[in-house]
Amino acid sequence: MDWTWFHRFGSPPHLYRLAGTLVPWFAWPAAILIAAGLYGGLVLAPPDYQQGDGFRIIYVHAPSAWLSLMAYTMMAVTAAIGLIWRMKAAHAVAASCAPVGAWFTVAALGTGMLWGKPMWGTYWAWDPRLTAELVLLFLYLGYIGLRSAIEDPQRADRASAVLAIVGVINVPIVRYSVEWWNSIHQAPSVMKFGKPSISWPMLTPLLIMFVGFTLLFAALVLVRVRAEILRRERQARWVTEMVTQ
Amino acid sequence: MLRGLSFAVDGGEYLEVTGPNGAGKTSLLRTLIGLVHAESGRITWNGRPILEDARAYHSQLAWLGHESPLKADLTAAENLAFGIGIRRRIDAVAVATALDEVGAQGFSDRPVRTLSAGQRRRVALAGVLLAGVPLWVLDEPATHLDADGQALVGRLVERQIVAGGIVVAAVHAPLPVVEAGTRRLGLSSK
Amino acid sequence: MSGAWQAARLVIERDLRLAFRNRAQLLHPLLFFAIVTTLFPLALSPEPSRLRDVAPGVLWVAALLASLLAIEFLFRDDAQDGTLEQYALSGQSLTWLLFAKTLSHWLLTGLPLALMSPVAAYGLGVAVEAVPGIIASITLGTIALSLLGAVTAGLTLGIRRGGAMLSLLTLPLAVPLLIFGAQATARAIAGEPVAGPMYLLAAFVVLGLTLAPLAAAAAVRISLE
Repeated sequence: MDWTWFHRFGSPPHLYRLAGTLVPWFAWPAAILIAAGLYGGLVLAPPDYQQGDGFRIIYVHAPSAWLSLMAYTMMAVTAAIGLIWRMKAAHAVAASCAPVGAWFTVAALGTGMLWGKPMWGTYWAWDPRLTAELVLLFLYLGYIGLRSAIEDPQRADRASAVLAIVGVINVPIVRYSVEWWNSIHQAPSVMKFGKPSISWPMLTPLLIMFVGFTLLFAALVLVRVRAEILRRERQARWVTEMVTQ
Repeated sequence: MLRGLSFAVDGGEYLEVTGPNGAGKTSLLRTLIGLVHAESGRITWNGRPILEDARAYHSQLAWLGHESPLKADLTAAENLAFGIGIRRRIDAVAVATALDEVGAQGFSDRPVRTLSAGQRRRVALAGVLLAGVPLWVLDEPATHLDADGQALVGRLVERQIVAGGIVVAAVHAPLPVVEAGTRRLGLSSK
Repeated sequence: MSGAWQAARLVIERDLRLAFRNRAQLLHPLLFFAIVTTLFPLALSPEPSRLRDVAPGVLWVAALLASLLAIEFLFRDDAQDGTLEQYALSGQSLTWLLFAKTLSHWLLTGLPLALMSPVAAYGLGVAVEAVPGIIASITLGTIALSLLGAVTAGLTLGIRRGGAMLSLLTLPLAVPLLIFGAQATARAIAGEPVAGPMYLLAAFVVLGLTLAPLAAAAAVRISLE
């Protein structure tokens, strides 16, 4: 099997240029789709028969929650690639996923709490999904903290990669355990959303938002990857050549 | 950090690595034993890359780092029995003999915390002897040792290479080893 | 392979012997556990019915924090004096040696905690019938914590003021453990069947036994680079 593409992809200058080319291809569709999704969700979709207009926050909440998990998974996968094949570029991608994923987690938590206020009468009711999201935020912060605490960049890459892999195994267990915990202590006041009540005019903007947010995530990670590569390779000849040109 | 290095060491040879502080002597040794991964290039043992079967390679080498790997609350003899015992089966007689050879027979039953830095170094050297392996990699083996101790290190190295083994050591001052079989590798910080 | 068993036995024997020459250190986590469980009645109320309600949570949070305190010392001395290097270069499997080390760590810290937990539980107004359930759940929980701690302790080796970082890494990963364990204890105290949460706890331990030593060895190797 020919592995040259793999190593070419793994070379920092190549990834730097590739990321630069790709950013607009993700950023513009993301902007258009998010604008369309927001218009569809906030204006066109009919209000929910139970929650009125309050439900509209899911157009931001659900995609953020999805990306908070996606980013963690991608971080762990790229970190594992970096660890196994000693590929610096993969570590740069993993390092870039962490802060972006953490911000999506914050967004999911914030919007979830805003949603909770009219629903439960309080911002924080220990809803299992939000609780799992909070633990996920702690996992992100641990990863970012470990990375910044180790001075040697290569050791930081490799140690945080092990943590990301251990974390990604634990994330579904945390989800499950929190759901299980909630099913034991379930408060009767917690409302469940009836699944069939979601109609196509409601669902379409949501799907658009999912795609838009995923593209936005890709664009943000690519921008960070470029910065990350420059920071790591600042002493390399290709960077000096690029800057002096 | 280290660039443009290429060398081979044969059985019966002693490679003495010298250079100013920060030239990368310790890094070189730690790369040789496979603790640190070389970014490029290859390191082979008996013609095979060392990381291909790292455990087999490690069972052929003894490493003595800057610190003497001893537990302060154990006696010298206990330290060796536990430390070397995980590598191979040894008995109390072998431990006592090795401690004799490094001139540590007088304090083999004292807790290591009561020993001086030089005495600890002797105990650690006894561990290298006890490992009974062909390759010794030593970082500053004679550190903390008096003139008598340095002569001892020289004798131990000689004995190892005469027996067909290999010694690689990073040193500040050359060890008193008879020239035959000695090669020098000078690292510079530039 | 007898060499591997011999090596594991020596690693455990050495840690036990060191611990018994330094007995005071063994008492620290136990003392911490005792003090924390004393603080709760003082902070809440001495009323037995209220204490019984919070007992599972108190026992588990105290056990978690006490174990965390001990985890900080799991590899620290061995890293400082070069013993970990010697383990990595011994020709034995580092995963296996660290597994042995984790086991001795549990024998010295987790097991005493599990054995002491009924005393603390009694102080919190728990009936004697709950003792087997409490010991079993804390035993499984501390095994899992020692395994998890071996990974995070390996990752924080060589970090200045690694203690805070160790908590930040370990506690979120231990959330499922706390949930399953506290639930098992709660059911034991209420006199209900404990099998459900106990199985979940045991599953977590099995997962830890298979993966944690590998991850710990990877972490330790990285710290030695």
